[in-house]
Amino acid sequence: MAEGLHLNKVKITHLGQPLMSIDTHVAPGEVVTIMGPSGVGKSTLLSAIIGTLSPDFTLSGQIHLNGRDLTTLPPDERCVGILFQDALLFPHLNVGANLAFGLAQGGTRAERRTKIDTALAEVGLDGFADRDPATLSGGQRARVALMRMLLSDPHALLLDEPFSGLDAELRDQVRQLVFDHAKARGLPVLLVTHDDADAKAADGPVVRLE
Amino acid sequence: MAQSRRFPRLPLFPALTVLVLLGPVVAGLWGTLLPAFGHLPAAGLSGPSLDAFRALLDWPGFGPAARLSVVTGLAAAILSLAITALILAGWAGTRGFGVLERLLSPFLSVPHAAAAFGLAFLIAPSGWIARLFSPWLTGWDRPPDVLILNDPWGLSLIAGMVMKEVPFLLLMSIAALGQIDGRRRMALSQSMGYGRISAWMFAIFPAVYARIRLPVLVVLTWSMSVVDVAVILGPSTPPTLSVQIVRWMSDPDLAFRLQAAAAALVQLALVIGVVGLWFAGEKLVAHLACRRIEMGHRGHYDRPLRLTGFALGTAISVALLLGLFSLGIWSVAGFWSFPDLTPDQLTTRNWMRHYSGSLGAFFETMLIASIAVAIGLALTIGCLETEHRRNLRLTQRGMWLIYLPLIVPQTAFLPGLQTLFLNFGLDMGRAPVVLAHLVFVLPYLRLSLEGPWQAWDPRQATVAAALGASPDRVLWRIRLPMLLAPLLTAIAVGVAVSVGQYLPTLLVGGGRIETLTTEAVALASGGDRRAIGVFGLMQTAAALVPFALALVLPALIWRNRKGLLHG
Repeated sequence: MAEGLHLNKVKITHLGQPLMSIDTHVAPGEVVTIMGPSGVGKSTLLSAIIGTLSPDFTLSGQIHLNGRDLTTLPPDERCVGILFQDALLFPHLNVGANLAFGLAQGGTRAERRTKIDTALAEVGLDGFADRDPATLSGGQRARVALMRMLLSDPHALLLDEPFSGLDAELRDQVRQLVFDHAKARGLPVLLVTHDDADAKAADGPVVRLE
Repeated sequence: MAQSRRFPRLPLFPALTVLVLLGPVVAGLWGTLLPAFGHLPAAGLSGPSLDAFRALLDWPGFGPAARLSVVTGLAAAILSLAITALILAGWAGTRGFGVLERLLSPFLSVPHAAAAFGLAFLIAPSGWIARLFSPWLTGWDRPPDVLILNDPWGLSLIAGMVMKEVPFLLLMSIAALGQIDGRRRMALSQSMGYGRISAWMFAIFPAVYARIRLPVLVVLTWSMSVVDVAVILGPSTPPTLSVQIVRWMSDPDLAFRLQAAAAALVQLALVIGVVGLWFAGEKLVAHLACRRIEMGHRGHYDRPLRLTGFALGTAISVALLLGLFSLGIWSVAGFWSFPDLTPDQLTTRNWMRHYSGSLGAFFETMLIASIAVAIGLALTIGCLETEHRRNLRLTQRGMWLIYLPLIVPQTAFLPGLQTLFLNFGLDMGRAPVVLAHLVFVLPYLRLSLEGPWQAWDPRQATVAAALGASPDRVLWRIRLPMLLAPLLTAIAVGVAVSVGQYLPTLLVGGGRIETLTTEAVALASGGDRRAIGVFGLMQTAAALVPFALALVLPALIWRNRKGLLHG
C-alpha cells in the first residue's frame, strides 16, 4: 500500500487550538473528496500537503506520497500539483510561456515547443500558444491551467474548489476533463469542494469534516 | 450612487492641485532655459547665445562630473532594485520579514542628510567600524589616511543612496504585493517544482515591477541628481554634476548662473537619456527572462541567495540604526580619541552651545512643514472627495502627473525657479519655500492617502445620506473621523518629506531660510562632528516624532472604539 497519497493521523492546530484531523489514503487514479463548511480547515489541509502552511499553524502526523515522506520536504521538492478556483495564469506570459513555465526542465527549445503544442491540442486549444491569457474564456483558462500543472509531472493532484468559478454547463465538461487526465496518468487526487455534484462526479470516497 | 447633485465649489481642488504640482516645474524649466541661452536681465545679459554651454564644456571637470552622475545614479538604482527583489524573493511572508516591515516607515522618514551623516560616522577612517577593529586587528593607533568618505568613484555615495532607496522600494512593493495574490502564485509555482527565489522572480516580480515602475523611475532620477547626500558622501573634485550646479548657483558672481543653467539642462538631458536606456533595459531583461522561463529551469540555489538577501537587509537596517545612534553619541561626546570605542566623557556642552541656533532652525523647519502639509492636505482631501462625488478614478495618466515632480530632477527646475524670482525682482523668502515644498509634499500625501481612502466602505456614506446627512456632513462627521489614523500617517509622511527637503529650501529661499536640513548639510564641509550630531539628531526627531504621534493619537482618541483601532 505504499502507492498513492497517505495522510497518516494528520492533525493541524492553529496557535495551539486543534483545527482539524484526518486519516485517509488516496490510491493512484482515485479521487477522494473532502467536504465540509467553510472555516473547517479544508484549504489549510491542502496548504499542509503542498508545504506552504503559514507559521501560525502546526502539523502533526505524516504525509506520504508513493512511499516518500513529504512532511519535512520544502514545497518545490514534493511533486504535488494544485489547482485553485482561479486559473492564476501569469498575465505577463502568453499561453505557450505559461505552459513552458510548468513543463518540467529539459529538452531542446524545439522539443519543448512540440510538447506544449501537443498539450494544447489535447485540450482542444490548437494554436493558442501565442495568445494573451487575458483574452481566453473561463473554460479555456481552466484547461490551460490544468495542462500547465500536468506538464510539471506531479505525482499527486490537489483541487481547491477548482470548478466553482465556472457556470454549470462548463463545470461538468472541465470536471470530466480534469478527472480523465488524472486517471489516465494514475494520479491520486484530493478534491476539496462545497458542491455535491463534484463529489458525485468524482465517484470515490467522501470525507466529511465537521 | 444617489448623489447626482452638482458641487460647483469642489472642481477647484483638482485644478489647483495640478497648478501647484506642475506650475513650479514648468516655470522652473522655463527659468532654466532662458539663462542657459544667455538671457539673464538681472545681470544685464540678454541672449540668445551659446556662451554658457561653451563655458560649461571648457570646464575641465565637465566630463568626469557628468560621468559620475550617470554611473552613481544607475548603480544605486540597479543595486536598490536588485536588493529589494532579493529580500522579497527570499523572505516575503516570513516572520523575520514582518519585523523589517514594521521598521520600514520610520526608516523611510529618516531625512536623507541624517542617514548620510550616520553612514559617514560609521565608515569614515576614524568612524565606528575602524574603531571596532583597531588597534587589535588593523594595528592602527591613528585614523588611517585612506579616502573612504567622498571617494572619487562615488562608492560611499552609492551606499548612502541604496540605504535610503531600499526601504522606499520595499514599502512600494509590499503595497503592490497586496494587489496580485502573491501567496497563491507562490504556492502554485512551488508546487510545480520551482524554488522560492525562482518562483518569486519569474512568477511574482514581473507583476510587482509593473506596479512599482514609477517609484523605480523616481529612485533612478533622484539618484542621478541628488545634492544633499552627494555633498556629504560624494566626491568633491569634481563633484557630481548636480552638486556643481548648486555651487555655481551660490556663487556671488551672477555670471555663473548662466553656466549653472546650462549644466541644469545637461542634467535634464542626461536623466532623459538614462531613463530611455532604462526602458530599453526593461525590454531586454523581460526578453531574457522569457527565454529562461521557456526552458523551465527550476533553479535550486535558494540557500545562498536567501542568505545574501538576509545579510543585505540586515546590513542596511543596522547601518541606519547604528548611524543614527552614532549621531546621538557624537552630540553628547566630550573628548573622544581614536581608537576608543566610546568617548572619554559624556557632556551636554554641545547641546548648550548649539541650543539657540538649532532651536531657531527647528521652529523654521516645523513652521514650513506645517503650512505646506496643511495646504497639501486640504488640496488632497478636496481632490479625493471630488473624485468620490463625481465617481472618478485616478487614471494611469493621473498617476504620472502626481509622480512628475518627483521624476523631474530637482536640479533641473529649482535653479530656474530662483532665477525667475531674481528676474522679476521678487523677494525670496518663506512663502516661496513653502510652495516649493508643497510640490514634493503633495505627491506623498496623495500616495499615502489613496489606499485607505479607496478602501473606506462607501455604504457608510449611503447609510448616512439615507439618514438625511449632506455630502459635506458625511465627509466631516463620518469619513474623516473614521480615517483619522491614515490621515495622521499621511501628515507624518508629509512632515518628514518637508523636513528632509534641502535643495528647495536652499535655492528658493535664496540661502536666507535656515532649516535643520540646510544647517546640517552646511556643516558637512566643516567636519565638526559634535555639531553635526546635534543638528542631525534634531532633524531626525523632527521627522520621526510626527510618526510616533500618528501611532499613539488614534489609539488614545479611539480607545473605546475597537472597530477603529485596527483598520
